Amino acid sequence: MLGQIIYALPFLAEGFALTLWVSFLVVLFSLMAGVILGVGLVYGPVPLRWAVRIFSDTIRGIPILVLIFFVYYGLPAIGLHLPSFWAAVTALTLFKTAQVVEYLRGAVGSIPRGQTEAAMAIGLTFRQQLTSVIFPQAFRRFLPPWINGVTDAVKGSALVSLLGITDLMQAINQVIGRTYEAMPLYILGALIYFAVNYTLSLASRRLERRFTFIRE
Amino acid sequence: MGYALNFNLIWRHFDKLWGGLLLSLELAVISIAIGIVIGLVLAVWYVSAGRMVRGIIAAYVEFIRNVPLILLVYLVFYGLPTVADLAYSAQTSFIATLSLYSGAYLVEVFRSGLEAVPRGQMDAGRAIGLTPWQRLLHVRLPTMLRITLPALSNTFISLFKDTSIASVISVPELTYGAQWINFNTFRIVEVYLVTTAMYLFTGYIMLFSLRLLERRFRAAR
Amino acid sequence: MATNTQEIPALLDVRDVSKAFGTVQVLRSVSLKVSRGEVVTVIGPSGSGKTTLLRCVNFLESYDSGSIRIDGKEVGFREGGSRQRRGERDLAAMRAETGMVFQSFNLFPHLTAAGNIMLGLTKVRGKSTAEARSIAEHWLGRVGLGHKADSLPAELSGGQQQRVGIARAVAMEPKILLLDEITSALDPELVGEVLEVVRGLAQDGMTMVMVTHEMAFARDASSRIVFMADGGVSAIGPPRDILAAETDNERLRSFLARFRASHF
Repeated sequence: MLGQIIYALPFLAEGFALTLWVSFLVVLFSLMAGVILGVGLVYGPVPLRWAVRIFSDTIRGIPILVLIFFVYYGLPAIGLHLPSFWAAVTALTLFKTAQVVEYLRGAVGSIPRGQTEAAMAIGLTFRQQLTSVIFPQAFRRFLPPWINGVTDAVKGSALVSLLGITDLMQAINQVIGRTYEAMPLYILGALIYFAVNYTLSLASRRLERRFTFIRE
Repeated sequence: MGYALNFNLIWRHFDKLWGGLLLSLELAVISIAIGIVIGLVLAVWYVSAGRMVRGIIAAYVEFIRNVPLILLVYLVFYGLPTVADLAYSAQTSFIATLSLYSGAYLVEVFRSGLEAVPRGQMDAGRAIGLTPWQRLLHVRLPTMLRITLPALSNTFISLFKDTSIASVISVPELTYGAQWINFNTFRIVEVYLVTTAMYLFTGYIMLFSLRLLERRFRAAR
Repeated sequence: MATNTQEIPALLDVRDVSKAFGTVQVLRSVSLKVSRGEVVTVIGPSGSGKTTLLRCVNFLESYDSGSIRIDGKEVGFREGGSRQRRGERDLAAMRAETGMVFQSFNLFPHLTAAGNIMLGLTKVRGKSTAEARSIAEHWLGRVGLGHKADSLPAELSGGQQQRVGIARAVAMEPKILLLDEITSALDPELVGEVLEVVRGLAQDGMTMVMVTHEMAFARDASSRIVFMADGGVSAIGPPRDILAAETDNERLRSFLARFRASHF
């Protein structure tokens, strides 16, 4: 039994690498899109605010799995043919983007009004207020939940296995299909996911404590 | 584009979606009920326990929170019966998984709620001569529940969305119904539009009524 | 000090300013002239519009009618009486000409004491970092915090934070300094050190408008006192006239009586 699992380790490692790659792309794209949309939500003109609000509320109201199926099966129907890998990345990015929008809104919203007023009073322009006063402070409140939220991308990436993509989850299922050693392999998989995500949550908590100390 | 929407086939098989939605709700309600019990017991135990017990409870919470739900679902349904003499349906298996899953999130919710109850309240309870159990039952738990109600509502709504994972072990809930129609009619866009609308609509109704409930609960005290 | 404000053109000229928040009239046709070098304190019960008036002067709040001019230039609106709001950059430039010190300090928590002062100097005044740093150190020395230049606001006491707040405002060399209840959030034993700094600025000839509850300070340090009630200027004059016990202004008398009862 142990021999079979050791034999399968390189295959599992490949799956794990794909899991990390999907997570990385999703985290990267969603950070860019989420920050832009989030700034639009807080400071944009009313129609843009509404559009972002509707986007975020809609995406957050749909199960990730449904989102993945919708993008994967639905896009070809309207003439957009994405390989399953990119369909999965797109769907997960949509999901994560809505999250990042909310983190950003929360972080910027938590900066007291007096900070903007003090920045105005010394004559900073709107752009300077954001870059010199608001964002540096908001960053400290954004970072801990955002890092913690990366675990959602890693966990969500396990769903791409349902599109036949050989990530860690799918690799485990395939090895079980050959070896019939279900329990040890699921536990091994769980421990790998746990190791990645727990490290991220610890980092998030440590940062939060440090930033709280600076803030007070 | 060139894709003409046609919902006729969806309506013909709508019972798959409607029945699926009802089952999704059922799964969510049963799981959160069990999850609340797990969460309450472990949270109360946690705040009064020694380091060993705290460590074990924390390990359970952290393990569940940091592993993908789909893996937990596989583990309980396909993995567990291979090492233990157990037999259960996919549905029972999923409810067990989702209960343990929500329990882990709710331990955290209740624990921080318990710690947020002001010390003065407990002192006041002691001052009028309540026993430790009476203080817990009549002072600490009611206050804690009021504090945690919003978080509890949010957990329930996200649990409702998580029931879609049950489709991977062929539990015929809403997402499974959508998949079935998808593979049998190929009206892909339509079926996911309707399914998405059903998830969104149900979620909003839940959110709205839970917020209403919270307000009434707050006003009543 | 003689107050022949009619002859010298006023530095700050507030004329007939009115403002409503929804149905509540917070400013009723307020007029006020402040000459260069004058220290004007504004007193009055809470809700009388003191703070709103101050916030209109640097256009943190807009107003519905009337005009506010500093050095002859309309602050919030374009010239020509069209009541067209100035552009965002234009407003920022106007605001740089007025300094403001806030009740709640509003120091930037991510910047050191010196960093707080340097921000406006580098971004708005376009000074080099080195030059801004030496100006910041000069002003920190003036407010008695020369040794705290590299401390974060969180590491300073309330009184020290407010002194940095004052230094941040005056370092920009504003034409006029607005002080909004700057000692109200401080513990009583910290009030003195902050007022001492303000007194020093007054002696240097800084023009100031100060909303305050510190009657003794208003009496000793200001050239004129404005008493506001119900959104309007109810009385205005030199301290000895306003704070005289036998004033025939009914509202002022009851305000002062209540004040004496609770503070002396």
